[in-house]
Amino acid sequence: MASLKDIKRKVVGVAKTKQITRAMNMVAASKFKSAQLKMEDFRPYAGKFMDVLNSLALRVDTNTHPLLAVRDPKKIRVICMTSDRGLCGGFNTNLIKATDRFLKDKTAEGKDISLICVGRKGRDFYRKKANVIAQKVDILSKFDMTLSVAIADEVIPSFIKEEYDELYLIYNQFVNVSVQKPTVVRLFPLPSIGQDVDVDADKRLDYSYEPSEEVLLHKLLPMYVHVLVYRALLETSAGENGARMAAMDNATSNCEELISSLTLKMNKARQAAITAELMDIVGGTEALAKG
Amino acid sequence: MADELMLEIVTPEKMVFSDNIEEVTIPGTEGEFGVLRGHEAFLTSVDIGELNYIKDGKKTYYSVNTGYAEVTGSKVTILIETAERSDHIDKERAAKAKDNAESRLGQMTKEDVEYERMRAALTRAITRLSVAEKQ
Repeated sequence: MASLKDIKRKVVGVAKTKQITRAMNMVAASKFKSAQLKMEDFRPYAGKFMDVLNSLALRVDTNTHPLLAVRDPKKIRVICMTSDRGLCGGFNTNLIKATDRFLKDKTAEGKDISLICVGRKGRDFYRKKANVIAQKVDILSKFDMTLSVAIADEVIPSFIKEEYDELYLIYNQFVNVSVQKPTVVRLFPLPSIGQDVDVDADKRLDYSYEPSEEVLLHKLLPMYVHVLVYRALLETSAGENGARMAAMDNATSNCEELISSLTLKMNKARQAAITAELMDIVGGTEALAKG
Repeated sequence: MADELMLEIVTPEKMVFSDNIEEVTIPGTEGEFGVLRGHEAFLTSVDIGELNYIKDGKKTYYSVNTGYAEVTGSKVTILIETAERSDHIDKERAAKAKDNAESRLGQMTKEDVEYERMRAALTRAITRLSVAEKQ
């Protein structure tokens, strides 16, 4: 049995861990709140943007744009979006698992795969395992639209130059605080836009365009990529902090459990020590009395 | 009021402005243009520059980054990457950004990858400074 001192030391240690996990939980909670606000603030922009894009796509033959070009997919590029920091439960593990499965399938089909890692965790995992051609790490704590512009700038020219044929984005879709769903989205060729959209009468107005429709669409489509990537970034950031909140909440309650069972053990050990000492004393006095 | 025009300025960070106004002037890529109620419906791209609107006879200025403007007879929707009202602009930072961009540009040639980006940064900084003067 562990000595009284050992158990005491353990209790103190666990209590310290608990302090840390609780603090992390609170930090994650506040970060989660701001990430969620950011997501809400982005919604009107994304919505309005889709309106404009759809009303434009209705009028222009969208198939002419190089970002919509469908080629025989031999070379595939994947953006793997994880968080920068760990201690957020299965958040990154699940995403990497999903990515692995996807890569395996594609490799089995004989595709040539290259990876772009956004977020440190994915980068660390794939650094030696896959062909990582670009990475963005330590960026998720503070980012804005410029980050998604930077990512888009990385992928758009090389797609047009036909360095690869298809681009997928794998990220954790934010469902709610405790549920994040790894999701695979095809970015390039862009799924056709403007179809299956019920456009209301207001949007069917006869616009004049300045510059021409084609030029505008060429400018709008890259922005569409920015929007998609930005949304994924927002969801990753919210999901990461949500997952961390849940993980740290669990860790804190585990610590509490551990502390109470250790305290029980400690009290037992102390009582045993006292009993043993008493027995000694009683035994001693009895021996003296006899003698 | 019959001659009012709804203006919405939306950035990824937030809905910057949404209210009825009398007139708005937008820095389009094909040149600056003004919009009053009843304007022909059209769609255009917006360049880095100065945007201003008149509400209750008072002019308000914004420094804006690239994006799009959708105009219908009764409503103008502007989607841009950033928009800053003139009294919210940090002049010191803008001045610093301008100096920085100028000195970096001085060391570059037109072939540099960064050239276009630096030039855009410079234009942005200059616009912000000039907009900040107009309160």
